[in-house]
Order: sequence, then structure tokens, then C-alpha cells
Amino acid sequence: MENVTQALQGVPLNHYILLSAIIFAIGVIGVLIRRNAIVIFMSIELMLNAVNLLLTAFSVHHNDASGQIFVFFIMALAAAEVAVGLAIIVMIFRNTNSTDVNILNKLKW
Amino acid sequence: MINLVWLVPLFPLIGFLINGLGRNTLSKSVIGLTGCLAVLASFIVSLGIFIELNASNTKSFIVPLFDWISAGTVKIPFSFMVDPLSALMLLIVTGIGFLIHLYSTGYMSHDAGFGKFFSYLNLFIFFMLLLVLGSNYVIMFIGWEGVGLCSYLLIGFWYTNSSYASAAKKAFIMNRIGDLGFLIAVFLIFTTFNSVEFAVIFPQAASMLAGDRALIIITSLLFVGAIGKSAQLPLFTWLPDAMAGPTPVSALIHAATMVTAGIYMIARSNILFTLAPQTLHVIAIVGLATLLLAATIAVTQNDIKKVLAYSTVSQLGYMFLGLGVGAYTGAFFHVITHAFFKALLFLGAGSVIHAMSNEQDMRNMGGLKKKLPVTFLTMMIGTIAIAGLPPFSGFFSKDEILAHVYEHNQLFWVLGVIGAVFTSFYMFRMMFLTFNGSFRGTTAQEHHLHESPSSMTIPLIVLAVLSVIGGFIGIPEIFGGGHWLQNFLSPVFAVSAGKMPHLTLDHSTEFILMAVSVAGALGAMLFAYQKYVKKGEVPAEDRIERGTLARLSYNKYYIDEIYASLITRPLDSLSGFFHKVVDKKGIDGLVNGFGKGAIEASKSFRLLQSGMVGFYIFMMVFGIVALLVYSMYKI
Repeated sequence: MENVTQALQGVPLNHYILLSAIIFAIGVIGVLIRRNAIVIFMSIELMLNAVNLLLTAFSVHHNDASGQIFVFFIMALAAAEVAVGLAIIVMIFRNTNSTDVNILNKLKW
Repeated sequence: MINLVWLVPLFPLIGFLINGLGRNTLSKSVIGLTGCLAVLASFIVSLGIFIELNASNTKSFIVPLFDWISAGTVKIPFSFMVDPLSALMLLIVTGIGFLIHLYSTGYMSHDAGFGKFFSYLNLFIFFMLLLVLGSNYVIMFIGWEGVGLCSYLLIGFWYTNSSYASAAKKAFIMNRIGDLGFLIAVFLIFTTFNSVEFAVIFPQAASMLAGDRALIIITSLLFVGAIGKSAQLPLFTWLPDAMAGPTPVSALIHAATMVTAGIYMIARSNILFTLAPQTLHVIAIVGLATLLLAATIAVTQNDIKKVLAYSTVSQLGYMFLGLGVGAYTGAFFHVITHAFFKALLFLGAGSVIHAMSNEQDMRNMGGLKKKLPVTFLTMMIGTIAIAGLPPFSGFFSKDEILAHVYEHNQLFWVLGVIGAVFTSFYMFRMMFLTFNGSFRGTTAQEHHLHESPSSMTIPLIVLAVLSVIGGFIGIPEIFGGGHWLQNFLSPVFAVSAGKMPHLTLDHSTEFILMAVSVAGALGAMLFAYQKYVKKGEVPAEDRIERGTLARLSYNKYYIDEIYASLITRPLDSLSGFFHKVVDKKGIDGLVNGFGKGAIEASKSFRLLQSGMVGFYIFMMVFGIVALLVYSMYKI
């Protein structure tokens, strides 16, 4: 265990930040350009996990466990969100036979 | 018994609650019984208090009930004051109140609002008793406002008639003007004496110098209050209009009790007024002007209740004249006797109106003597009493006032006697027009004519007896009387009496003064007899042109019209301006403008709400990035 921590600390922090930024950007772009609700959903998960990665990296870097504990909270939250979100998507599919978010444009002036 | 004084206002309050809550469910006999018994119980307790007070050596009792307002240095207890003045007033209010309740059971028996009427009447008695009993100006003010409210409710009792409803509003608004004066006076009293308790203020005031500026301002404002409530110039026009109410109300509120509240209040605060001689002078002049004005109006009125209403205004003028010359006992004496004979006259008029199927115009009456013997006899007694013919009650009280006036200012006395002559004339004119000659109404009315039931005639008889003997409580020395009333009230007016010059008329002068006023009254009576019985004249129809003086008097000196053009109409147009321009255009325009502006502005912005989720997310991301850039570079 000691070795693992040291090995992780061996990786420079910049690499983690860069990787997280890339994953987060992929998530944002996915949300912006995709029309399938499930894919948008997955992109959101990507963004969440990019943040998780960053939190763990900083946690190790500072030798402080609270960052990792926070990650558990985010995971629990993400799980709950997925449960509700998927249920909504299922209902949307049942009503419109599609998961295209552009069809759902009834809520407007 | 004195410690039980709180029972006196409690009974009518209970009566009010029972009748007010059960006005639709209780039967008329239960309502009438509750209303009468409540006041009768108060009367019995008042009688006990009076007897105990008369026997007691201490003449002023304060009965505390509870601490009412207590904030810092302000302490206003809810307590009652029993002294000769309030004890006598209690007897008048509850005694005459009971008779009028009894009368109302007959008079109002056909009215749909029977329960409502009795609950209002009981409420009025309650407030009047608070006014009389309060041991400080604040409790007096509660009663003062309360009787004004009841007066409003009862004038507008038949509120479906819009002219009655506006008469009620007129009375209420005119009273409000006076009440403002009273209220400011109470504030000033508090700042000057640091208390509103009578027992604290009066000893303090007694040590002040006569003509003290604070006292003059306070008394002037108190007098403004009295002007409103007791219908003096220039606020008297509400009282004649108040005759819109049922006749028992006119008798109780607008003749016997409420309108004398102003006199009671001044008599109660007599030491303040004694030390403000300038205010007293103004009071005397206002009283004199009112009595002459009202008396000259009364001589041409044809509505039986209007004659009595102007007569009331005029008699109130006498009381103020008496107060103004420092004859507090005389003024209060006149309050008592006036309560007897004016209540009697109003109830008699009510009996006539009842018999005449709600006809009030004397030109359509005449010859009722045979048909209404009891009413005729009792009203005749009342008329003789008010005309001031000895030995009826009005003679003693009026001549006591006039004797004091003579000593104070002889010109005032001459004018006062002229007023008395007018009084005698218009009262006998009313009697002769109503009861003598031949019947001038319709045959349907003639067929319906009947003497009133005994519930109405008994109060008339009792009041007639009181009108005859009421004066004997104050027989002056020259008739060998001890003037019981003066002795009884002397504790109340003792301090004032010490600061005023004493009556120094010798007996022969006093006899001459009396003889002159009695002769004047008799002459006026004979003149009225000549004119209306011997010649059988009947006042002209409205459309016939009258002489200048008669027209002025008949149209009440156009005072209502003058008020309308000087005050009401300018106020109307001012409020019209505020309504149409300031409110509608200004305030409404501003508020509506905000709404319209928001709608116009959002017309283009709301297109952003396109319903496209992608667009929303894009805008969100764009916003986040913008914030990020902003925070990084602090653009």
C-alpha cells in the first residue's frame, strides 16, 4: 500500500490535471453536440468522473483523505441521479418512442 | 353599593350582547323584556348608589377596576368615579333610558329591526354610562366615541332610505370634527399635567393662575368637542337631520342624554374652565348665538320633530350660556329638567306620529286633542315646562341661568329672554297646530287615529309628573327653598365657586327678572293662541312665497346650503381631482406602467425560452466559461 501511494505520488500533478481537463472537455462537448438523451447522460457521468479523478489526485498530493471521502459522496449522488434520470428517460421513450432531446421542445413561450 | 358601580354599565352591556346575538332568534317580547330589564337593573343600582352617596360624608369615590394602560410613566387605570355629578347623571341616563326603552316596546312593535333596535339602544346606554362614570378623560373619551357610534347607527336605523343614511353620516362626520378637538385636548392635558385622571388634574389645575395659556388652549379644544357633541354653532346642523332616526332615539340620544354630554364634560372639568375666563366668554357667546339662531328657525318649521330638534339646539344653547357665565349648577339643573320635558315632548311627538300613520307635517294634523287625550295633556305639561312658566320645572332652571346671566352681562340677559319668548311661541304654536282646530289630514289617517298603547302612555305620564315636580330640586332662596341641587353638587363645584364672584342680585331684582321672562313667555303663548286658535291660521304651503325674514327662518338661514357651497362642494371637487387625476392617472398610471413596461420588455426576451434543451445547455456552458474567463482575467 505504501508503494502504491508513492508510485501515485511519483506521477506529476500536472498530468492528472491535464487528463481530467481532457475528460471533462469530452463530457461537455458530448452534452453539447449529441441529441440522444442517454449519450448526454453518459457525457454528464464523464464530467462527474473527471472531477472525481481530480479530487483523488489532489487528495493524494496533499496527503489528505478528505478529498477521497468527498469522492464517495459524489459517487453516491451520481448513482441517485442516474436512477432518477434513467427513469425519466424511460418515461420519455415510452411517450415519444425516441430519446432525441430536440423533440422535447414543448416547454416554451 | 358604591363599590358595585361597575354593575351599572355591565347590565346594558349584557342586554346588548343578548339582544345583539339573539336579534333574529329571540321573540319580540323576550327582546323587549331583556332590553328594559337591563336598564331597569342599572337604574336600581344607580338609585342605591345615589342614596348611599347622599347619606355619606365623603362625596367623591373612585372605584378602580383594573390597570388598563400601563407603559412607563403613563398609567391609565380603568376606574369609575362616583360623585354627586355622576350619580345624578346616572339616574337621568338609566331612569329616562328605562322609560324610553319601555316606550320603544310599543313604538317599535311593528318594526322588523326590533332586536337590532334594542341592542343598539342598550349599547348606547352602556357607552353613555362609561362616559359619565369614567374617572379619567380616556375612559370618558371611549364613552364619548361610543355614544357617537350608537347615534350614527340609530339615526341610520332605517338605512335603506338614502336620505336617512346620509343624515347618519352627517351626524357622524360633524361629531368627528368635535372629537378631534377633544382628543387633542386630552393629549395636551397629559403633557401639561402628566396624567389624565380627574382626581390628579383638578387639584393641580386649581393652583394655576387664571388665564394660563395652556388652560385656555385645553379648554378651547374641549369646548370644540362639546360643540360637536352638543350641537352648537357652527356644528349644529347634524342634530335637526338626526331626526331621521326613530322617535324614541330622538328622545333618548338627541334630546335627553347624549347631546348633554358636552355640558356634562364642561361641568366635570369646571375648574379648568373657571381658570380660563376667555374660553368661558366664548362659550357664553356661542351658546347665546346658538339659542337665538335655533329659536328663530324653530318658529317657522312645520315638521313636528324638526321644531323639537331646533328647540333642543336652542335649549342646549341656554345650557352653554349658563356654563359660560359660570352658572355650572344652573346649567346642570337645566340638563336635568330639559331631559325630563324634552324626552316627554319627543315621546309625545312620537305618539302623535304613531297615531297619524307616520305623518310628521303639522299642516296635516290639527284637532288631535280629543283623539289623543293622554298625549295632549302630557305634551301640554312639557310645553308649559319648556316655556318656563312657573311652577313647572323649566321655569326654575331657566331662570337660574338667566339670573346668573343678568349679573354677568345685561345685554346677554335681554337676548336670553328674547330667546325664551321665542321658545314659548314656537312650542305653543306646535301644540295648537297639532291638537287644536280641525283635522287636516286624509280620511284614511283620520280613520286610523287612536291613543297609543299603555306601554307608550305610561312613560309619558311619568315624564309629565317629573316635568312638573322636577324643578323642586332646585327652588331658589327667594321662594324659601334651600336649593337642594346646589348643596348636593357643591362639592363638585366648590373650588370653582371659590374663584368666581358670587351672585349678588337682591331679591327684588331677581323677582323683576323672573316676572319679565314669565310675562314674555305668557305673551308669546297668547300671541300663538290668537294666531293659531282664534284665527285658525295654518302655515303656508311650501310653494307659496314668504317674506324675507320668514323665508330665511324657514330655510334655516340657508346654513346647510352655505356649508354645501363653502365646504362640501369644494371638498367634493378636490376629492374628484384626487380621484380622477392623482389616483387614476398618477398612482394607477405608475403601477400599471410598471406592469406594461415589464410585458413590453419581455416580449423579445421570452423568445429565448425556445424549449430546445441543447440551446439551454449551450447557454449554460457559455455562461460558465464567460464567468471563468472573467474571474481569470478580471475583464
